[in-house]
Amino acid sequence: MKIIGAQAVIESLKNEGVEVVFGYPGGKVLTLYDELYQADFHHILTRHEQGAAHAADGYARATGKVGVCIATSGPGATNLVTGIATAYMDSVPLVAIAGQVEVPLIGRDSFQESDIRGITTPITKHNYLVKKIEELPTVIKEAFYIASTGRPGPVVIEIAKDLFGEVFDYQYPEAITLRGYEPVFAGNEEAISKVVEELKQAKRPLVFVGGGVHIADAAEEIREFLKLTGFPVISTLMGLGAVPGNFEQNLGMAGMHGTYAANMATTECDLLLGIGVRFNDRVTGLLEKFAPAAKVIHCDIDPAEINKNVRADLRVVGDLRWTLAQLCKMVKELEQTELTERVTDWNKTVQNWKTEKPLTYEQRPRQIMPQAVVEKVSQITQGDAIVVTDVGQHQMWVAQYYNFTHKRSLLTSGGLGTMGYGLPAAIGAQIGLPDKTVVLFSGDGGMMMNCQELATAAELNLPIKMFVINNMVLGMVAQWQRMFYGERYSHSSIKGKTDFVKLAEAMGVTGFRATKPEEIDEVIAKAFNTPGPVLVDIWVAEDENVLPMVPGGATLDQMVLEG
Amino acid sequence: MKHTLAVLVENRPGVLTHISGLISRRAFNIESIAASLTEESDTTRITIDVEADDELELEQVVNQLSKLINVIKIINLTAVDSIHRELAMIKVKANPHTRSDIVDIVDIFRAKIVDVNRQTMVIELTGEPSKIDALCEVLIDYGIIEIVRTGKIALSRGPVPAKDM
Repeated sequence: MKIIGAQAVIESLKNEGVEVVFGYPGGKVLTLYDELYQADFHHILTRHEQGAAHAADGYARATGKVGVCIATSGPGATNLVTGIATAYMDSVPLVAIAGQVEVPLIGRDSFQESDIRGITTPITKHNYLVKKIEELPTVIKEAFYIASTGRPGPVVIEIAKDLFGEVFDYQYPEAITLRGYEPVFAGNEEAISKVVEELKQAKRPLVFVGGGVHIADAAEEIREFLKLTGFPVISTLMGLGAVPGNFEQNLGMAGMHGTYAANMATTECDLLLGIGVRFNDRVTGLLEKFAPAAKVIHCDIDPAEINKNVRADLRVVGDLRWTLAQLCKMVKELEQTELTERVTDWNKTVQNWKTEKPLTYEQRPRQIMPQAVVEKVSQITQGDAIVVTDVGQHQMWVAQYYNFTHKRSLLTSGGLGTMGYGLPAAIGAQIGLPDKTVVLFSGDGGMMMNCQELATAAELNLPIKMFVINNMVLGMVAQWQRMFYGERYSHSSIKGKTDFVKLAEAMGVTGFRATKPEEIDEVIAKAFNTPGPVLVDIWVAEDENVLPMVPGGATLDQMVLEG
Repeated sequence: MKHTLAVLVENRPGVLTHISGLISRRAFNIESIAASLTEESDTTRITIDVEADDELELEQVVNQLSKLINVIKIINLTAVDSIHRELAMIKVKANPHTRSDIVDIVDIFRAKIVDVNRQTMVIELTGEPSKIDALCEVLIDYGIIEIVRTGKIALSRGPVPAKDM
């Protein structure tokens, strides 16, 4: 059919099953926006392009579908960059469409021109600059395929402005061939048998789950595997929720702010079965001394992850759904108690660590403890909520004290650690799952980084419950300054005069505040009982540290447990 | 150890940016890179000389490059019997007194003189990079004005092309 490029974009989005896009209009995408208007396509207008990218990311993480965002050329597209980098580090399927100046103007430093393809090359799975209209449908098809298959990731499509208005014979390709891209599903069955042999030999095995389990939608499989083997399990930040927080064999999060049991188990285990993890520096501590006694088995869909950080003795490259299903199948063929009985002593040891030194914090009579807020929200929501965080101390407290029970129930910027991620990501999640309770934990620092999106939440009347853990400092920065920089609090105090309740109200969001411990229960209940978006400004102890903590360059068993 | 990789990529705009960007952000130690057309119009061949301490480091380079969507195939030509060549052009000072000496050197290296004038000569040499290094070393005494080298290219011996390896 004869249509213009802008219509072709919308037709292609429809063909990909896209239900909603997040974006912000501007000069070079005016024609596209005109067609969005005429087609009445569901578009969420954020108040900043960064918000659009994070919202698309939150939508994708919550639903498992590809998130789509749109921005104009130049500053519009550069504003997407942090959002794209965030999605890249956490393997989130995202398609970002950016306008570009007209083909004849490219390369001439034209108004609002920037080389977005060049800028986003290191932070995308792939990217395109479309300068010929007939390439547009194939590019869009490829972009969605690449973003959503294998190890997912963001794909950027830059489209020159003149193409949006150009008439051409549109046909959406049914299939595409990419010679250099063949994502694997099934791995090597022989590798699975070798893994099972190792499982049989191990005396102190430990399963280590990461965000890959959520991406592969393999939470059921990992839970079954753990039941079959009786092995203890630890998690990365991104893996939380793959295994219920209160599951007996679960020792919790490992790493810099991991639990005592998880870090001790990592140090003592003789077999570490990493599933969908990257062995990132936040989780390994001093790399040379990480899991010193263990044979490492690494299961991942991305072969480039193997041996990137931690040397693997055995590898299984494949979709984790396949890998875990195969493992379960082969474990089932063993004598029923062959694995479970072997690890009885080990399980006693790890359970002792768990009960000996559980996560704990000091209660103070006059100050609200941030951990208590997280515990209360966890209690009320019963794990049946999408929990979104920003980055910093509150993020770690959520990871430690919220009892995650569902897959894909924690949306957090784990890899890039992007402050300002929380609010727009929560908006995207609520758009994607309108019937779910969406809870946002943010800090007084992170909230300010994208607080303009309160206006978006208010306009759409999204019932997000936002808890600002307000300690009037950039908490994690201050914690490092307290612990490692001689208490010289260089520019980490943000005691200003910002009134978060008034800020919320100015944007059309209901605002509450709690400043004393006795107010907590009531204000949280009130937040959940008030329809529409609610922000609760909670004044918490300023000097509380996230503990345990493995200092930078230390080994995992050298945790600081008490402040 | 140095490894020579033959990287077959899609002949599309932006491919070189993707490759060079990856090399730089992953801090891979690349000594030489040369790209050219091939027997297939839609394929570009990039020969990369990479320095890797061990197998694991080399594996990372290969795996990360393979992840690029436009990279079709990577062959380690160091692991198979192959021919390695580079082309260099060297502009050297040459006056009537030194000219015949330089001609002798050129003969010994089986190089070619491709330009002569009253003050200089341009010498062309094809060979293994070490041979080019050796010639340059000798010519230093006469005064090298400028050098240009293509970067190494490599091809396996025997009938099987890299794309089928």
